[in-house]
Amino acid sequence: MTGPLPSIDAIRLAVAGGDTSAVDICRQALDRIAAGDGRFHAFNHVMRKRALERAADLDASRRPDDPRPLLGVPIAVKDNLCTQGAPTTASSRILEAFIPPYDATVVTRLEAAGAVVIGKTNCDEFAMGSSNENSAFGPVRNPWDPARSPGGSSGGSAAAVAARFVPGALGSDTGGSVRQPASLCGVVGLKPTYGRVSRYGLLAFASSLDQIGPLTLTVRDAARLLEVIAGPDARDATTSPDAVPGYTDALTGDLRGVRLGVPSALLADGVDAEVERAFQQASDALKAAGATISDVALPHTAYAIPAYYLIAAAEASSNLSRYDGVRYTRRAPLDPADATLMAMYDRTRSEGFGAEVKRRIMLGTYALSAGYYDAHYLKAQQVRTLIRRDYERALGTVDAVLMPTSPVPAFPLGERLDDPLQMYLLDVFTVSANLTGLPAISVPAGFTQARLPIGLQLVGRAFDEETLLRIADGYERLATWWQEAPPAS
Amino acid sequence: MTTPLTKADVERIAELAHLELSDAETEAFTQQLAEILAMAMRLQEVDTTDIPPTTHVLSRHEALRPDEVRASLTRAEALANAPDGTTEEGFFKVPRVLE
Repeated sequence: MTGPLPSIDAIRLAVAGGDTSAVDICRQALDRIAAGDGRFHAFNHVMRKRALERAADLDASRRPDDPRPLLGVPIAVKDNLCTQGAPTTASSRILEAFIPPYDATVVTRLEAAGAVVIGKTNCDEFAMGSSNENSAFGPVRNPWDPARSPGGSSGGSAAAVAARFVPGALGSDTGGSVRQPASLCGVVGLKPTYGRVSRYGLLAFASSLDQIGPLTLTVRDAARLLEVIAGPDARDATTSPDAVPGYTDALTGDLRGVRLGVPSALLADGVDAEVERAFQQASDALKAAGATISDVALPHTAYAIPAYYLIAAAEASSNLSRYDGVRYTRRAPLDPADATLMAMYDRTRSEGFGAEVKRRIMLGTYALSAGYYDAHYLKAQQVRTLIRRDYERALGTVDAVLMPTSPVPAFPLGERLDDPLQMYLLDVFTVSANLTGLPAISVPAGFTQARLPIGLQLVGRAFDEETLLRIADGYERLATWWQEAPPAS
Repeated sequence: MTTPLTKADVERIAELAHLELSDAETEAFTQQLAEILAMAMRLQEVDTTDIPPTTHVLSRHEALRPDEVRASLTRAEALANAPDGTTEEGFFKVPRVLE
């Protein structure tokens, strides 16, 4: 496909107005995926039949001035979101044959809004990773350079949007898993406030950190998707009862008087020179448009990575204990002489989980075990309180914190695979938003000389996605990087 | 600051986590987890005297509801993803529990 993909709103208007049909739009998306995804492996599973039936239903039920906000819009969802009757694997061998008996709330809401859920996107196994190389089914490749990682863990969702297969996708973000791949693939990625979007039907990784968010080409499209998926849900007790504002109404383009804070101390080390240059240019553009930029102190964010990895691993070790060979499709064959319950647990999990998932289960089990709980897990939760206080203080004086999303652009597949610690350190700018629950967004902010996308991140106040999206949209109007498509897409 | 982590520690954690590790995995994890824990030990630099641990973020409401019976999955649906041939008369079947 050439040129920019029509936006979500443009597709909806074309379908609602009868200029095209939901089936045509769906077929075009399916054709793009069939023609192009052999190179990128963004999808684990394309729901061709379900999507076409769904699109035909929409065409049959379409009314003049149909108010459904996503009428006929094809959307991809990460393969850790349950889809009734369609495989949901979290890119793990242990769930290779899992067919959920229900839809995730976000899937139900997308479809109620007229969207066509078209397929399940590849990701790091159980969303654990920053490169997509932990998928049991092979990595996703970055549409800007197929030899490089798309980022992770929602790399398939990011690549599917970057490659213009779909105008929008959902991912999940536990430590940056929506924002970092968005940054590396040159698309918009939003992690809403903890509690803004129901996680019912999201395969749990770290329940105090997980949040579902949209990946799109534009901020307006992200706002549109958030309007649809946000809101209270009796099936997820962590959802906020607060009403969902009209996020697209907040996009005024006005940046005058916006106060932004840059945590200079955090950015002092380890940021790639080209990322730093793009960040500086973005700051200058925001300033020229009327925003004020000041330094903010977030002293405890220097400890965000260790706090995050202990907490996330601890919660994962608990959440993943359910995959035990009893309820979820896979049980290791057992020697009759040794067919005990314990052998079934141990063997099923050992052959079902990949290396990174095992590593995190091990780390989490250690952090929660007797004698180490206080020194590791409890300490991490105390440091988390200090990080939250840092942000509370900073966001008392600025409207959003501004920093790069990732310290580096997309890196070659394989380059960091053998050194888990180096991979973890890539999450330095993203994990704080999960530890604090605050909303954060990554928007395209330019390219390296080698044409690799660079992302700009904004972290805002809790449940104030309106301000966050307004600033991000204001920036996007100044810097229309999203209009550039990767080669051969 | 380094964290002494032995192969025996890793074997003990694997047992708690219900994982059977190969020798190669045990060796790799011993080294990798030691590195990760050394990084985690940086948290000890932070003075957390009288700082309460975070138990939840941004919770502004009481998430209680009346204890009423509601529609849920049917028994057949709940059993549908059991490994092949491991259900019987509406139950999950597991290997023997007692030695």
